[in-house]
Amino acid sequence: MKNGRDPVIVGIADAPIEDGKFVTKASVLGHAALVAKAAVEEAGLTLDDVDGLLTAGMWGVPGPGQLATVTLGEYLNIMPTYVDGTNIGGSAFEAHVAHAAMALREGYCEVALIVYSSDQKSLRSRNLGGRPSVLSMQHETPYGMPTPVGGYAMAARRHMHEYGTTSENLAEIAVATRKWAQLNPAATRRDPLSVDDVLSSTMISEPLHLLDCCLVTDGAGAIVMTTAERARDLKTAPVAVKGYGEAHTHWAIGEMPDLARLLPAQKAGETAMKMAGVSHSDIDVVEVYDSFTITVLLTLEALGFCKIGEGGDFVSGQRTAPGGAFPMNTNGGGLSALHPGMYGMFLLIEACRQLRGVCGDRQVAGAETALVHGTGGTLSSGATVILQKD
Amino acid sequence: MSPEKPLPVIDHDSAPYWEAAQEGRLDIPLCGDCGKHHFYPRAICPHCHSDNLRFDTVSGRGEVHSFTIARRPAGPAFADDVPYVVALIELEEGPRMMSRIQTDDPEKVHIGARVEVTFVKASDEIAHPYFRMT
Repeated sequence: MKNGRDPVIVGIADAPIEDGKFVTKASVLGHAALVAKAAVEEAGLTLDDVDGLLTAGMWGVPGPGQLATVTLGEYLNIMPTYVDGTNIGGSAFEAHVAHAAMALREGYCEVALIVYSSDQKSLRSRNLGGRPSVLSMQHETPYGMPTPVGGYAMAARRHMHEYGTTSENLAEIAVATRKWAQLNPAATRRDPLSVDDVLSSTMISEPLHLLDCCLVTDGAGAIVMTTAERARDLKTAPVAVKGYGEAHTHWAIGEMPDLARLLPAQKAGETAMKMAGVSHSDIDVVEVYDSFTITVLLTLEALGFCKIGEGGDFVSGQRTAPGGAFPMNTNGGGLSALHPGMYGMFLLIEACRQLRGVCGDRQVAGAETALVHGTGGTLSSGATVILQKD
Repeated sequence: MSPEKPLPVIDHDSAPYWEAAQEGRLDIPLCGDCGKHHFYPRAICPHCHSDNLRFDTVSGRGEVHSFTIARRPAGPAFADDVPYVVALIELEEGPRMMSRIQTDDPEKVHIGARVEVTFVKASDEIAHPYFRMT
């Protein structure tokens, strides 16, 4: 049943990048502000209309980024009355959509702004690595665990051992994703890619090759949410937030309950799809976090698109490529479009663009329902959002 | 000169574990209520949430649950070690712990390989439990 306070997305924006770096000269907070402004103005709102502010980031940590919403609120010179700085890694923004949806339904805010920005490529830094050897990390960091790729490599190795998954299966994902990137003028890597190219690329952390790994780029994105009622007066066609779920299990990879099964995705996916009242066959387009090729395989299995252990078969034959039976990561993903540290924001933006029907050469025909799933940490957290053309 | 490798920052939960390691023993917490071991050491049992815990010397034997061969180091401190094997070891007593496999031939490491603990001195306070294939 429709309700005036049903949550919808009315604004999206992302910053232009070239060769993985921001085009515009601005600080990391400057880029956050520019995309925030673009997203609210697209909807016919202003930053002064924003009363809910949600963000997560690695900027200035330790330092201002530890109080991320406070720092960004100051920069924007706004006084939000609902804030959420939930940081569960790259899936944070899917969780933010869920939290903003609840706040909107509850009448706790009217216009929620979700923002992310990172200039890690320009800074030539990647804050995810080198975890200090304290608390649970004292039992991992001293052994030289490559972070985060080593944890994903261990999951891949275990999946191969239990189910016979191959490096070729994983490479199929990278190749299909590159084909989508070739249809997206904004994607960073658009040169042709073959399974052999992936398999012959530098081995980073066995069994994962360089081309099994996402890019390292800059990037900034913003999403504006409000209620269905308020959206009637706005300039954009709203995208409805129909369902959501979130879960996490561990921080240290050694504590992952089962290296070959992504329990947070299973839990979050079930919750979101039940809330939305949709089944797998209702989903027209899928945007899932591809920090590494194995992330995608584990996620598709956990979300129930195929059985546990059958992910390798599921993605073979370029099933997820343009023209394939299962359109996935249609902007070129973290593997080929952009990956500014916490990529989940850009999954949401691409899903909204597909549902708006503005994707040009890469448009999935008749896309009405999208599933977005973010993964954060080292296969630590998962958050799912079901979006629908209103 | 390459930077020094990170050493564990010992806390009240982990102190008995690191003290035992320095003396060549693998001591991990055992729950007096549910009877299960756990790792890493915590103030409450992650299985039943009891705080009735004591440290117990375990066999030091187990098997490789999963592993990766690092072809690129986790930072400059580990550059001289490449290639090296980081492995998740499943102890005979049940818990899993992250460690290194000491081997001249990383290609021989496989899931299910039987391993045994060996302690490698890292500082005056720290000896790391590494594992060797048996």
